[in-house]
Amino acid sequence: MRCADLRVLKGADIMHMADALISPVVGGIMLAATAGVATYSIKKIQNDMDDKKIPLMGVMGAFIFSAQMINFSIPGTGSSGHLGGGMILAILLGPYAGFLTMASILFIQALFFGDGGLLAYGCNVFNLGFYTCFIAYPLIYKCFTRKGITAKRIFGASMSSALIGLQMGAFSVVLETFLSGKTEIPFGTFILMMQPIHLAIGVVEGFVTATIVIFIWRARPEILEKSANLEALGNVSIKRVLTGALIAVVVMGGLFSGFASANSDGLEWSMEKTSGKSELKAPDGIHKTLRSIQTKTAFLPDYSFKTKVAESKEKPADQIGNAGPSINSGTSVSGIVGGILTLTLTAFTGFIISLLKKKKSKVNA
Amino acid sequence: MPNIINSLYNMRLLDDLARKETTIHKLHPIVKLLTTLVYLSVVVSFGKYEIGSILPFIFYPMITIVLAELPVAPIVKRILLVEPLIIGIGILNPFFDQHTIVLFGVVISRGWVTFLSIFIKCGLTVTASILLIATTGMEQLGVALRMLKIPKIFVLQLLLTYRYITVLIEEVSAMMRAYSLRAPGQKGIHRSVWGSFAGQLILRTFDRAQRVYQSMSLRGFTGEYNTGNVPKVKLRDFTYLVGWSVFFIIARIFNIPMLIGLLVTGVIK
Repeated sequence: MRCADLRVLKGADIMHMADALISPVVGGIMLAATAGVATYSIKKIQNDMDDKKIPLMGVMGAFIFSAQMINFSIPGTGSSGHLGGGMILAILLGPYAGFLTMASILFIQALFFGDGGLLAYGCNVFNLGFYTCFIAYPLIYKCFTRKGITAKRIFGASMSSALIGLQMGAFSVVLETFLSGKTEIPFGTFILMMQPIHLAIGVVEGFVTATIVIFIWRARPEILEKSANLEALGNVSIKRVLTGALIAVVVMGGLFSGFASANSDGLEWSMEKTSGKSELKAPDGIHKTLRSIQTKTAFLPDYSFKTKVAESKEKPADQIGNAGPSINSGTSVSGIVGGILTLTLTAFTGFIISLLKKKKSKVNA
Repeated sequence: MPNIINSLYNMRLLDDLARKETTIHKLHPIVKLLTTLVYLSVVVSFGKYEIGSILPFIFYPMITIVLAELPVAPIVKRILLVEPLIIGIGILNPFFDQHTIVLFGVVISRGWVTFLSIFIKCGLTVTASILLIATTGMEQLGVALRMLKIPKIFVLQLLLTYRYITVLIEEVSAMMRAYSLRAPGQKGIHRSVWGSFAGQLILRTFDRAQRVYQSMSLRGFTGEYNTGNVPKVKLRDFTYLVGWSVFFIIARIFNIPMLIGLLVTGVIK
């Protein structure tokens, strides 16, 4: 029972990518893409913006934040699921305000709870906000409800748009993680892990979204009508958002393919781009000496461990080429001694400062 | 339920911490934001097999915690809550990385190295984000975002969301407590009331937004969120940013622990 509960929770949280799993290049590109969509959204809502809508967006953001903490028990499984909220926001506020609201929720979650990082912020807003607000909502939800709203239509619309929005988001997570190259999980395996989990999560999300929207439609139909009417004005521009996103994807794709084929980590890649060399060449003098010490002794000298392939028969050629100087135990001792000393030094400095601070406060008192 | 109370507690704690008046708290918010961003980019830029050279980066959170007089336990607790997710993904590395390495005569999968590297990076990046908010506070961060030319509407909405989260979390916890008292032993909200439970909350939210807007209008709200006087960036702030950035870059280029280790073992020999 607990286990199932954890699994659902974890699935939802994988969508919040952590800083540690992305490379600066992927993080930067996604941040730029998100900033582009956000700027466009702000421009769009400014047109129909009265100062009434800002408090509404703020309070709705707070609503989603707190609604994510409600456990919805899933019948027949003994576990419970949570609301993601991207679709609800799009349905109640329209795609532009919905996207911006999602962005501010994710910002607060990253800062206060460490759910998804600041560098991964662009990835997270895109994965959780873009697909729901700008693809699933206009293309799927609106399609179902175009001919008028009924409970059945709301259900079909919410379910299918939540499912598809989440599947796209999950795929995007896999792609970003893969291109960042921090984990060893093969692309295919990761997809096979993520997509089915998010299919299950998507069903729950779809159900919850549908029941909430149907409830609101019955209790206060004018809320849905209002946001739907705002859409009349937004219909044309969604095409523009999609065109913009398509251009961004093409540009990103070009960058990514260059990045992936270079098969190096983010900073080295960008160094290669800017300086033409995969590692910056240090100037002569002291730098050169330090540099030569570093290359000779690096604990993990630029990926080159004393590698031996598990199946030694199929030793890939690049591996042999890549195998740098094998580390002798002497240098790795220095590495470990140095590591321990660094940590001790850090702790010691902290201790001294806090001691000095205490002394100072005593003097002041 | 404990989840909700914990979140509320966590947010209020960070809010309280941000009101302290230490050297770090007095720094200009934009400087702290930029330093954090430089720190995150540099830490994340390390290759996946690096462990030793990342260690000097513990220096920054350590110094900040001490100078800003922050309690260590809640921050460590937060990191421990986030790490399992990273472990969940990272633990697969040893299984997928077929290469092995020999370290002091022991053959291990190279995946353990990448796993440890991700684990450390996660700890450092999460700490840096939390330290930013614990030493700056949301309002001041809003000032910094405005200075970085983030549009007014977004910042305004961010601050309002933040302000009303505590209010709505209280509302949710009251509703859930009432529900659990009427449905003892039941795990989560039953399917039959999914819609009405969360839907009621939305209706309350809309009504509250209405009241919020009215009271804001009465106090002269015209779409502008006034955050008080914006402090100027002083030389001290500038030095802080440049100083740390230089340290981060040096620590990125040179493997400091290795140099220290080499020096020490060399002297002993």
